[in-house]
Formats: sequence, structure tokens, C-alpha cells
Amino acid sequence: MTTYNSLLFEISKPGRKGYSLPETEVDQTAVADILPAHLVREEPAELPELSELQIMRHYTGLSNKNFGIETGFYPLGSCTMKYNPKINEDIARYSGFAHIHPLQPEQTAQGAFELMHRLEENLKEVTGMDAISLQPAAGAQGEWAGLLIFKAYHQANGEGDKRRKILVPDSAHGTNPASAVVAGYDVVEIKSNEHGRVGIEALKAAVGPDTAGLMLTNPNTLGLFEVDIVEIAEIVHEAGGLLYYDGANANAILGKSTPGEMGFDVVHLNLHKSFSTPHGGGGPGSGPIGVKDYLKAFLPSPRIEKTAEGFTVSRDHPQAIGRVKGYFGNFGVNVRAYSYIRSMGAEGLQQVSEDAVLHANYLKARLAPYYDTPYQDHCKHEFVLSGMRQKKQGVRTLDIAKRLLDYGFYAPTVYFPLIVEECLMIEPTETEAKEELDAFADAMIEIAKDAENDPEIVTGAPYTKAVRRLDEVTAARKPVVTFQRNSAELKR
Amino acid sequence: MTDKAKLYFTEEHEWVEIVNDTLVRIGISDYAVEQLGDIVFVELPEADTDLGAGDEFATVESVKSTSEIYAPVGGAVARVNDALEDEPEKLNESPFEDGWLIELNVSADIDVSGLMDAGAYDDYVSSL
Repeated sequence: MTTYNSLLFEISKPGRKGYSLPETEVDQTAVADILPAHLVREEPAELPELSELQIMRHYTGLSNKNFGIETGFYPLGSCTMKYNPKINEDIARYSGFAHIHPLQPEQTAQGAFELMHRLEENLKEVTGMDAISLQPAAGAQGEWAGLLIFKAYHQANGEGDKRRKILVPDSAHGTNPASAVVAGYDVVEIKSNEHGRVGIEALKAAVGPDTAGLMLTNPNTLGLFEVDIVEIAEIVHEAGGLLYYDGANANAILGKSTPGEMGFDVVHLNLHKSFSTPHGGGGPGSGPIGVKDYLKAFLPSPRIEKTAEGFTVSRDHPQAIGRVKGYFGNFGVNVRAYSYIRSMGAEGLQQVSEDAVLHANYLKARLAPYYDTPYQDHCKHEFVLSGMRQKKQGVRTLDIAKRLLDYGFYAPTVYFPLIVEECLMIEPTETEAKEELDAFADAMIEIAKDAENDPEIVTGAPYTKAVRRLDEVTAARKPVVTFQRNSAELKR
Repeated sequence: MTDKAKLYFTEEHEWVEIVNDTLVRIGISDYAVEQLGDIVFVELPEADTDLGAGDEFATVESVKSTSEIYAPVGGAVARVNDALEDEPEKLNESPFEDGWLIELNVSADIDVSGLMDAGAYDDYVSSL
């Protein structure tokens, strides 16, 4: 474990340089002669001064502190931290994909268009939808675009002003209500029933002539399949609303079921999760949306059209919600997802969901004797534990998460979903070997035993990392978001 | 010193204190702040905002989560607890006193029959 922790400003020495440039052959002009006085610096910028090797060691030192799926097991629930096969990177680097520009003539980028068209066809099959837009940059933007389609649909039916409410279960990802608010809707929360699923009675009580639609993740964030989905869809449709499928947990249903079959009208997929492109650390992601036939006219524009002469870009879509992202979204991510789909094949994708579900149930069964399991049913690709037993022993879920770092694992998602107290949400994904799942289970069991017998071992963790517990509270209450010169000088 | 026994509570863990015939004070309970953990940010409404019963009027952000706070009764915002802007920790330290959120001007015939008294609220919390 490296403890390298310096700032460039701290290792800077005046006059040290990492470059040598020849004398310029161009006449020099003073900046002050060509810029207005108020734009000219009075003092030179205080940039760090270092040699090339110092800079390389600095960034290598920092990068060694990173943790990623290639470093170790990463069971971050709801994030599908699967391994991203390297063939995806090879394909994305083909010059026909990597060195093109969205504004070059269409006839010179036919291969890229064909890839996007084929990806759309594949995603139609995966989702059971009739048309796809690759534009949205990630899941939350897909949700927002999908809700704008809801709105356009209701407006086209003369019900835009009347249908103001989006129903969201209390187990939903926070992005669902947030997207609804950004799309201009009011949010109505639906309480989960004792089985961790949408309560049919609560749903019936909530739907009405003001319902624009329901947003649902299936399986939901508890890792449980909404077994009443067909009835749920009927209730919402009978009330005149539409159903939105949050594809965050699509890894659990690949090749087994489709949102289309379940009755959903609009869906997004997170290609950066279910379809193996790098994520975490802010993207880029890709969140294509799919719709049924009767919503096709509202999809974002421009779109790719296949004609007898080849592929072309069509822009004449008067009912479209508009453009939600430049050109066709994050193309490089879409190339990786297509590479993944083609290298896995239909059978491979089905095995993805089977293995993801098997791994989650295996871990859940191994951990159930040691942690509270709020829901007894078999789970899909992820499951939740509650740390309430440990809390009574003086160990919070946060402590358990910190202690896992000492064992070399990334921590699960904690304190989410909000409806489970002291929640730990674990998603092992399909790409882990049984040995790795067992090592994680052994660590969790050892932590549970320590919580019972010697809780201070857990509450003092982590012991092996570059830093111990961070003061999150002061960081949030009194954030320092810019580097301040003085602090570096004080540290010397 | 606010006497918890004189407060009324909601299932969403807000409390209401009847200050006088036309003024109530609103906050969130000790149970609520314990569940939230260390509170790092409180967003309060503007004075004079009209609130209906059940309207969302504040956001409380802790290191664990962000929660909306709903008005247990309707009225116009008379005063907000500005001190929470710089010292959100007051909400953790003193949820029934220094950590109050807003005061509302209300009509004299305010109805609290839908709210719980302190005893009923304690029973409700221990049932959770």
C-alpha cells in the first residue's frame, strides 16, 4: 500500500523545468500590447515547477492509490461493477471508430453508422422495445429524456396539463424522483409492501387521472423481482399512465425477460453497467432509451436511418423531444457495448444474468447466518443485508464497510435503499470466481464475529490504507474546494 | 426550554409546537436526527411562503442521506431558523430547541387532531 500523498505545489522548486524549447523564430510580442490592461496578469501565475520524472512519479504514486475492478472485488450494489473485457478497448481503438469526427461527410463514416444501427437492433431485442435512441449520456439523462417523451405523449393526447404526477416507489434510485422533478413533474412516493415490492393497494390508491406514469426498476434496488409487474402495468395503463423501466438492474434479466414483455412503454439501459464499459469516477457512460411503436415519433432527433443507398442522418422529426446530447451520444462507449454484445452472443448474455443471480444468492446464503436479512425470498443479481444486529453490538454499517477495506475489498453500497436500516447492498456480478466470492464472505463473517467479540477492531478500521477515517462531517459542513497556497507552505 | 410533552408529532417525524393562537413552531424529532446522523446542510424556505399541510418546505442533508421535510399544518412562514445555515449541527445537538426549523402564522382554529401527542409518538417510534 503506497502512502504517497504529496501535492505538485509541495514538491515544486523555483526554476525547475520539465521541458526545453528551442529559440523561437517568430518575433515576440508582449501580451500587454495585444490584450486590454484588465486582462493582463500583474504577477506570473504560481504554477508548480518540476522535472518530467517528478511529474511521472507524482501521478504514478497517485494512480497506485486507485482501486478498480482490476485491483479487486468491487461489490458496490446497484452499480454492476463487472469486469470490462479488453477486446472492447481494442475495437474502440480501431481508427475507423476512434479517428472520425461527427461532422465529416456521412458517406465517409458508414461503418460507424452501421455499428450504431446494429447496436440499436441488438438493444431492441434485449429490451423488447420497437425503437432506440443512443443519445442519452447515462442513466439519469435517459430517465429525463424518457419522461420528456411521457410528457410529449400526454400533450399530443391533449392531457399534458392534466397528467402532472409521476409515481415512484420508496425503494427507487434517487435519480428517479430527481429526473421527474427536472422534467417538471410532481413526485408521488409509493410505499413498498412487507415483501419489499410495490404494494398493489398503495398503487391503486395513488393512480388517477392526474397520473403521467410510474417509474420502476425491476428487479428493484432490494434485488427482488417485482412479481406483480403485469398487474402493475395494467393498473397504470388503465389509469391512462405510462410505465418507465429504469434499466439499472438489467444485468439480472438479460436473455430471460424484457421490459417490453413486462408492459413497460419506455426503458433506458446503462451500457456502462450491464454492457461492460468502464465506469465509476464519472464516466463517460451511455444510457440509450427504447420505446414502443406508439412513442417512436417522440424519440430524440437526429436519428440514423437505413436506406437503400446506405445510412443517413434524418432530422425531420416534428414531434421529437429535441436533441438531448450532441450527435449520437458517447459513441466510444457504444462501440465497447456493441463489442461486448457481439462477443458474448445471445447465449452468453443469458449466462451473464444466470451467473449474476447465482453469485448473489450464494453470497446471501453464506452471510445470512451472520447478518440480518430483511427479505427472505431468493434475490436476483444483488441483495440487501441489515447491520442492525451489529449496531446493537456497537458497530455501525459504516464501520463494517471501512473494515472491508483492510481485507482488500471495495465496500458494498451502504445506507441505501433508504427503507432498510443500516443497509448493506451487495452486488457481486457474474465475473467473479467462486474463490473470490468465498474470500469476501469469509471477511464479512470474520467482521461479524469481531463485532460480537471485539467491536473496537471494526470501529477503528481501516488500519492499512493511506488514510484512516476521514472527517466527512467537517468536510461537508466546511468544505475547502480549492487549493490554498498557505496550507502547502505550512506543511513543509 | 421546550417541553417535549407539549409537542405534536407526525409519522414523518416532524414536531409542532403551538406557540400561541396564531403561531406554531416546527422542527424534526430526536429520533429523526438520530436516524439521519451528522447533519451537514439545511435548506429552509423564504419568509412569507404559503405552505399547505403536507407541503415540502425544507431539505435536511446528512452524511448519509438527504430528506425532505413536510409541513404538518398549513400557514405562512413567519420566521426561519437562519442559525442553521452556518451551524447545521444545532439540529443534531438540540432538535427540540435551538434546532427548530420554521415558524408559521396559522389561523386560530388550527386542527391538530391528525397529529400524535408525545406519548403516542413514543409508542409509534418504539413500534418501528
